[in-house]
Parts: sequence; C-alpha cells; structure tokens
Amino acid sequence: MSDVIAPLSDKDRIFTNVYGFQDWGIDAAIKRGDWDNTKKLLEIGQDEIIERIKASGLRGRGGAGFPTGMKWSFMPKESKDGRPSFLVINADESEPGSCKDREIIRHDPHKLIEGALVAGFAMRARAAYIYIRGEFIYEAKVLFAAVEQAYEKGFLGKNACGSGYDFDVFVHRGAGAYICGEETAQIESLEGKKGQPRLKPPFPAGAGLYGCPTTVNNVESIAVAPTILRRGSEWFASFGRENNKGTKLFQISGHVNKPCVVEESMGISFKELIDRHCGGIRGGWDNLLAVIPGGSSVPLVPAKQIMDAPMDFDGLKALGSGLGTAAVIVMDKSTDIVRAISRLSYFYKHESCGQCTPCREGTGWMWRVMERLRSGEADIGEIDMLHEVTKQVEGHTICALGDAAAWPIQGLIRHFRPEIERRINENKGSAPVMEAAE
Amino acid sequence: MADAVHIPDEAETRARWGAFAWTAENAEQAKKVIARYPAGRQQSAVMPLLDLAQRQVGAETQTQGWLPVPVMEYIADQLDMPYMRVYEVATFYTMYNLAPVGRYHVQVCGTTPCMLRGSDDVFSACKNKGLVKGGTTPDGLFTLSEVECLGACANAPMVQINDDNYEDLAYDSMSAILDDLAAGKQPKIGPQIDRQTSCPEGGPTSLKDMVKENHDYRGEWA
Repeated sequence: MSDVIAPLSDKDRIFTNVYGFQDWGIDAAIKRGDWDNTKKLLEIGQDEIIERIKASGLRGRGGAGFPTGMKWSFMPKESKDGRPSFLVINADESEPGSCKDREIIRHDPHKLIEGALVAGFAMRARAAYIYIRGEFIYEAKVLFAAVEQAYEKGFLGKNACGSGYDFDVFVHRGAGAYICGEETAQIESLEGKKGQPRLKPPFPAGAGLYGCPTTVNNVESIAVAPTILRRGSEWFASFGRENNKGTKLFQISGHVNKPCVVEESMGISFKELIDRHCGGIRGGWDNLLAVIPGGSSVPLVPAKQIMDAPMDFDGLKALGSGLGTAAVIVMDKSTDIVRAISRLSYFYKHESCGQCTPCREGTGWMWRVMERLRSGEADIGEIDMLHEVTKQVEGHTICALGDAAAWPIQGLIRHFRPEIERRINENKGSAPVMEAAE
Repeated sequence: MADAVHIPDEAETRARWGAFAWTAENAEQAKKVIARYPAGRQQSAVMPLLDLAQRQVGAETQTQGWLPVPVMEYIADQLDMPYMRVYEVATFYTMYNLAPVGRYHVQVCGTTPCMLRGSDDVFSACKNKGLVKGGTTPDGLFTLSEVECLGACANAPMVQINDDNYEDLAYDSMSAILDDLAAGKQPKIGPQIDRQTSCPEGGPTSLKDMVKENHDYRGEWA
C-alpha cells in the first residue's frame, strides 16, 4: 500500500463513450479514434503485437487475471494439419455484480471489434466468435449492427483493413446459462450443445472450438488491445502497481450513494474509488459493513480491511479475496449479511450445470443449510459442517463453479461467525452468548 | 423438481403445432444464421434457431412464445441432428420456454446486487398487481419469473420485460410500468430515475466533455 495511485485523467481513459452520451456507430467511433489506420497496427507484426501486449502487463479482465499476451502466445504459429485457429470472445457477462462488458458492447462496440481483428491477427486466427449472453438483447442488436458496419467499411472480411489478412467476426447469442462464461463450456455451447465444461487437457489452445486451436478472452481484455498498441506498452504499464498494471472498468453496486461503472487505474484504493465516483457509502463510512470486491465468486471483505486496500489482483488476494471482474458489491450495516450470501448460494445452485456430483448436489445442499443459518433454525454444529462441505466441493469439480459456490460461504463464516451464532442462539430463545461467539 | 415447468400435453401440442414451418422471412434468417458456422458444423446454429422459433411461436400466439415439441423436431430436421440433442439444449438454457408464457414475460432479477437495492419491493409491486411467481395472470397478460443476475448491477434493481430492461426501480416505478403495459402503453425503457445509463446519478465524475460533444481525446495524448 506504499504506492500512491494518481487519479486517472480523462485523456488516459480507454472507453471514452462508456456512458453512451454519444453515438456508438462507426463514424462517431472513428472520430473518437477507433479504426484509426488499423492496417498500421497489423504491420507491427504478429509476434511483436504479442510481445507488446506482454510488455504492457495486461492481465485477463474476465476474473482469473492470466497474462493476456502469454495466453495469445500459446496459439500455434502455423497450422501443421490444416486446422484453422479461432478467437472466442467471452461476452457472457453473468457474474453477479458485473456489468462492464455490457457498457463496452452497447456504447463502444467498435473498440471490441477492432480488438478482435488485432488479437485474432496476432494469434493467427481465421475468425472470431463473440459469445454474448442471451439476456443482452439490445446489446446484441448493437453488436450485430456494429459488425455489419465494419464489414461495409472493409475493416473485416477479405483483406481486412487492406492488410492482406482475411478475418471474420461472428456474433453468437447465448440463452441464459451462467456456466457458459467458463471457457470450455462456452466452446461446447458454441458447438450447439449443453454448456457443460470439458476436462482439461486438452487445453483450448490445442483443441478448442471444433477441435481447433482456440483462445477465449474476455471482452475488456480484447477491447483495450488496440489502444495499448497505439499508445505503447509503457503507457498502459504506467498505471497501477507492479504486476497489476493498466486501467480497469470498475462496476460498483449495492449500498453506495451513486452506483456506477467507471474506468480507473488499477490499484486505486477502495475508499478513493467510492468517494471519487460513487458519492460515498450510504449513511457514511461508519455505516459500511462489508464488500464483495470482485463479483459474487470472491469472498467478502469486512469494512475495516477493505477501506484502504488497493483494488487490484494482488491487493485483494492479500485480503483472502480477489479482484475478479472488479464488480464491487457494497453492503452497509442494514444488510442481512447471511441472506445476502445465501442468495448467492441460491444463484450457484440455480446455475450448476449438473455435470459433477459435488457441485450438483453440493450447491443445493449448501443453499439449504445457508437458509437454515439465515433463519437461525440450524444447530451451532451446522456451521462447521457447512464449512467442511464447502471444502469437499472446492477443488473437486471439473470447472471453478464449485469453488465459486464455496468461497462466498467460507468468507461469511470466516468473518461473520458471531452473527450466525447470534441468530441460532436467539432462535433457541437461550440467553445470547456473545462472549463465547468470539 | 418443484420448480420444473409443467410441459403441455403432447397430443394437443402436436395437433396445434405439428405443421410448424418458418415464415418466409424467418426461413431467410435461418439460412443466414447457419452460414455463420463452418460447413458441417450447422449444429452450432441450434441456439439461434430455437430463439427464432420461440419468437415465431410468440408472434403467432401474441405471447413471448415457447417451444412445443414439434417445433424442436422441425429444427432438429433442419440441422440434421437427433431430436434429443435439441431437447437437451432447450432444457439446459433458461431463456427457452418449455411451456406457454403470457404476453409480457416479467423477469425480475433477485440476485444479491439487486436484492441489496430493493428487489423485494419490485416483487411486492408485482404481487400487488396480481402477478404470481412462476405463473401467468388469468388474462394471459403477465408471466412473472424470478431470474438470476441479468448483468445490469450498477442500475439495480432491474427487470427485463420481453426485450427491454427497466432499471433503477422502486415500488412505485415498477407499479407504473405494469400499469402502462396493461393499458397498452410503452413505458420508458432503461433507468427509471433521472440518470444516463450507468453514469453516476447527477452527472459524470469523469469524461465530462463527452456529455455535449463527441470529444476526441487524442489531441491531449502526451
């Protein structure tokens, strides 16, 4: 926390039309700087583009934070057996709290489409499929139309942007399944199947969509790429802290005075983020109870610990939580914290794809026990039993949904055990044993 | 499962939908959709075609549509895939309706970010207008569903009704929206408070130049 993060100025914001005050269309986007001599960007060369993205320190914006440039470098440089390569762009934004890809797609879609070309070219892909969640109906309409505009201008298709490279972009709409945000489930879904994750290996870079080499990237990771190339890796790397570089779209929801989506430097402190853009915590800073800093899958952090924490991958990891998608869910002291987490347990129960037994059975079981804790009808011993079950689900499933269902509960028990015990004791009608709870 | 839908009687469904075929316009659209995927990979088109079919059924029944078995069989034929594979997809994804719904499908988000901002009040507003979770009103106008996070959390609480989002809701604004729809009026889409999309209420804290003009920041790049 020694590094002081300077406020991000408007000239360094990538998504300048994030609020949609201006037209999303291609002519307006060009005036804002998109599609500006994209041919020149491609002339940088495939390997050099990947090197520059690596040098920028960009880490995947979909939650896991894997270095984007390195991910691109896993793709084959040439096809030995004639199989094409694909780029799949993950716009299945469904993590509770997350609402940034939506803003990119409906207000700045050409940043994404230009990024698709640049990234697809760098990894030698033949086409990109943008997988957009089904409920983003308006956003999908915009995206279909924006892709159409790019074709009309000759920016996509044969000889894209006059570069001599042929590249197509297709939009594929999902139909309401959170699990399709997981990369291999997304590939299954694109192939016209139930979205159930695949076992890895083989990894998508070896055998992904249609058995071809595939990279799956988040919308934001792709959409920032052209600006990074235009302004230089050093520019992007000048924001944030070591290993946590760049700018980031934060999405603040819950009990702040003015919830919003805003682009800021990585590593901005929680307090500054909220004071600068969200008008503070509802009822003042003393009224803050806890924060889920990275979308529903990460454990909550109590008020005292989050206040000065840097909002980046390592800063939040140090608190036993994570940056995830930078979806910041703020809860003040009026929150029924057990209910808030129990509702997330219900979400995971609803979204479990049913493939692995620990998750399919475990998510339902955990939710039912969470409801017992909420009402206080549970027995004290059930707290530890629940914790043990979360440990049995975590790490025992094909994909990370099992982990994601376990972590919020573990976070609750870690930080709010006294509150859970208070409810149980109160329900029993016995004298509250506050001291024993500590 | 308690919350599983009641799938309508098959004989009746067959009598009504056995002759389902694309309209001329949708037949064109279906071709366009299939062309998005490599040759031999037409199965990839199953999701968009199910959506298209549901919309066609909706248009024919003045509702939000659903997927009768013969319609799924029709798509299976077109894509040369076993019916069961289509059925699997239709049952896996929540946006495919396996039973008829009303003219307006009111999908209230109940996940934590919306819950924190008052989705309980949104449900109360629905309840007081006679909407019942998982059911359709007797006049066939409204079907109410509780859905999981729809990805508009900075504008919570929100509801998606048919293809439109209504955001930053409260009890009164939700009631007004339902009244408008019942009266055949189109309510204002998007935030129900004075606010531009996901911008902070009261005006932006960043990118203020963008409010009035399509500002090009490149001149300020150092």
